[in-house]
Amino acid sequence: MAEPLFTPEEQKKFDAGIAEILSHYPPDRKSAGMLPALRLLQDLKGWCPPEGIRLVAKNLEVTPERAYEVATFYVMYHLKKPGKYTIDVCTNLSCSLRGAEKMLAYLEGKLGLKAGEANEKFTLRETECLASCGTAPCLQVNEDHHENLTKARVDELLAKLT
Amino acid sequence: MTTASAFEPLISSAWGQPQSWTLEHYRQRGGYESLKKTLEMAPAAIIDEVKKSNLRGRGGAGFPTGLKWSFVPKDNPKPKYLTVNADESEPGTFKDRYILSLDPHMMLEGIAIAAYALGVHTCYIYMRGEFKHPAERTQAAIQEAYKAGIFGKTLLGKDFELNCYLVRGAGAYICGEETALLESLEGKKGWPRLKPPFPAVVGLFGSPTVINNVETLSNVPHIFARGADWYSKLGTEKSGGTRLVCLSGTVNRPGVYEIPLQTTVSELIFGDTYGRGLPEGRSVKAVIPGGSSAPVLSPNELDVALEFEALRLKQTMAGSGGVIVMDDTSCMVRCLWRVARFYAEESCGQCTPCREGTPWQTRLLRKIEEGRGEMADLEMLSHVASSIAPYPPMGLGNTICALGDAAALPTHSFLMRFRAEFEAHIHEKRCPFGDKPWGAFGDWS
Repeated sequence: MAEPLFTPEEQKKFDAGIAEILSHYPPDRKSAGMLPALRLLQDLKGWCPPEGIRLVAKNLEVTPERAYEVATFYVMYHLKKPGKYTIDVCTNLSCSLRGAEKMLAYLEGKLGLKAGEANEKFTLRETECLASCGTAPCLQVNEDHHENLTKARVDELLAKLT
Repeated sequence: MTTASAFEPLISSAWGQPQSWTLEHYRQRGGYESLKKTLEMAPAAIIDEVKKSNLRGRGGAGFPTGLKWSFVPKDNPKPKYLTVNADESEPGTFKDRYILSLDPHMMLEGIAIAAYALGVHTCYIYMRGEFKHPAERTQAAIQEAYKAGIFGKTLLGKDFELNCYLVRGAGAYICGEETALLESLEGKKGWPRLKPPFPAVVGLFGSPTVINNVETLSNVPHIFARGADWYSKLGTEKSGGTRLVCLSGTVNRPGVYEIPLQTTVSELIFGDTYGRGLPEGRSVKAVIPGGSSAPVLSPNELDVALEFEALRLKQTMAGSGGVIVMDDTSCMVRCLWRVARFYAEESCGQCTPCREGTPWQTRLLRKIEEGRGEMADLEMLSHVASSIAPYPPMGLGNTICALGDAAALPTHSFLMRFRAEFEAHIHEKRCPFGDKPWGAFGDWS
C-alpha cells in the first residue's frame, strides 16, 4: 500500500488551511482558491506531488486536469522534489548591469551546478526579475531575499546553508 | 509649480523611520483620518474629489483614477470588487516592494476609501509570489486593521462591511496585466481576456471590478488629507501629486525616489538628491525611462520630465517608473537580449505573434551578440518585432494584451537608436565589448 501523502499533523494543517482559503471566496467559487491551495500543499510537502495536486483539485471541486493546468503554468510550484535550498538568481537587465552574470557564474562554480540543475542540497535557477533592481545583484534562497551581494556576502550566505 | 527644494514627499515620508509599517506609527502620522473624513461624504462626492485631484494610475498606463472609478455601473445588482495590483515584476521597477514593506497602512487606507466610494465589500490584494517579506508585512497590517475595527463587519464604526484578503501569485509576470490578474485570482492560469468588456463592468467572478496599483491607492489618503486642489497643484496640468521612480543600472546611487513630476531624467540621474551621476570617467549611453518595455532614450534626449505626457512626446513612456541607466561601455545588443529573454520567458503563449515572436527575437539577438549574425538577421529581427507590434503607434499590437507591445517596443527603439552597434557585431563577427559587456559595475567582485 502506498504511503499516505500527509502525516496526521500535516493533514490537520491542510484541512484547516483549505477551510481558511475557501472562506475568502463566494461559496460557488471554490476553484478560486487554487493558487493559495497549491502554495499550502507546497509549504507542507516542499513540492507539489501529483497526488497532492489531485487532492487540491478534489477539495476545490475541480478536475485534476484543471489543477495541473495551473500548477504547470506558474514557475514557483515545484513539480519535482527540489534540493533543500532553491537559489534563484536574477539576471535581468538592471542586475546584469551590476554583475549578476558574473555572480551566477561564481555560484555555478561554487556549487558545481549549471543554472537549471539540481543536486540533493541545491537547486540553482536563473530567474527573470525579483523587483529589487536598486539593490542589485540579488538572489533568493527559498523565497528569502538577499540583495547588494558581493563575493564575500555570497560566500557568507552559502556557508550558512547547511 | 513645486521646486525640488520645497518638495515634500507624500508616499515615502515615513520610510526609514523605526516601525513605520505598524498601525500605531501610521496613526501617529495622522493615518486613517482621511478615511474618517470620507465616511462623512457621499460616495459620488469622493469619486468627484479623486477626479479633481488628477490622480493617474501608477501601474504603467497612467489612466485617470477617478474616471476609472466612475466606470463602475451603479445599477448592477452583482457584488462589486476592488483588486489591488501588487504583482510588481517589470524589470527596472521596484517601488511597490518598498510601500508594501515600509508603509502598508497607507495603501490599506486607500483601499478602505476606495471600497466605501465604490460600494465594494470585498478587496483582494494580488501580490507577486516572490514577495515573501512584503507579504508578511502587509498581512500583519491587514490583521492590525481588522483588530482595530477598520476592516470587518463595520468600517471604523460605520455600518459598512469590508473584508480584505491577500492572495499571492506564483511567479508569472503576465498576472500584472489586469485581466490575467483576474483569471489568476479566479484560480486559473494567467491568460489575459479580450477587452471589452472591461473589468469595471465584467471583472472578477463576472462582477464589476476596479483594479488599482499599490502606489495609486497609497496616494488616495493624501488627496483627502489636504484636498484635491492642493494635491493636483503638486503635479502638472494633467497629472496630480508626486511620483515614485526607481533608478537602477550604472548610477552611483540607485534607489526609489519620490519626485516632483517636473523632475527630468537628467536631474534624476545626475542630481545630488538622487542618482549622483555615473562612476568617474563614464557617461550615459542609453536610458530606459519607464520599465523595460519603454522605448530607450539616447543621451541627447534626457532633458525630459518624468511625466506621462512629456515622455509620450518623446515616443516613449513613463510606465511603471523604472529608470534604467546604461553607461558608454555597455553593449546594447547584450542589454536588449536580456530584455527580450524576459518577454520570451514571460509570454503566456495565448497569442501566436507573442508566443513565437518573443523567443525568435531572443534567438536572433543571441546569434548577433555571439558574432554569428548576418545583416539579414537585423532585417528579420525588425520584421519579427513588427509582427508582434508595429512601431509606431504604441498600444495597437497584434496580441490580446500589451505584453506583445512591451516585447516589441524595446527592439524597435534599440534598433532605431543604436543600429551601428548591431552592425558592428555583424561586421566584426564578435561583440565589440568582448567579455565586458556590462559597463562600470559589470565586473562583480
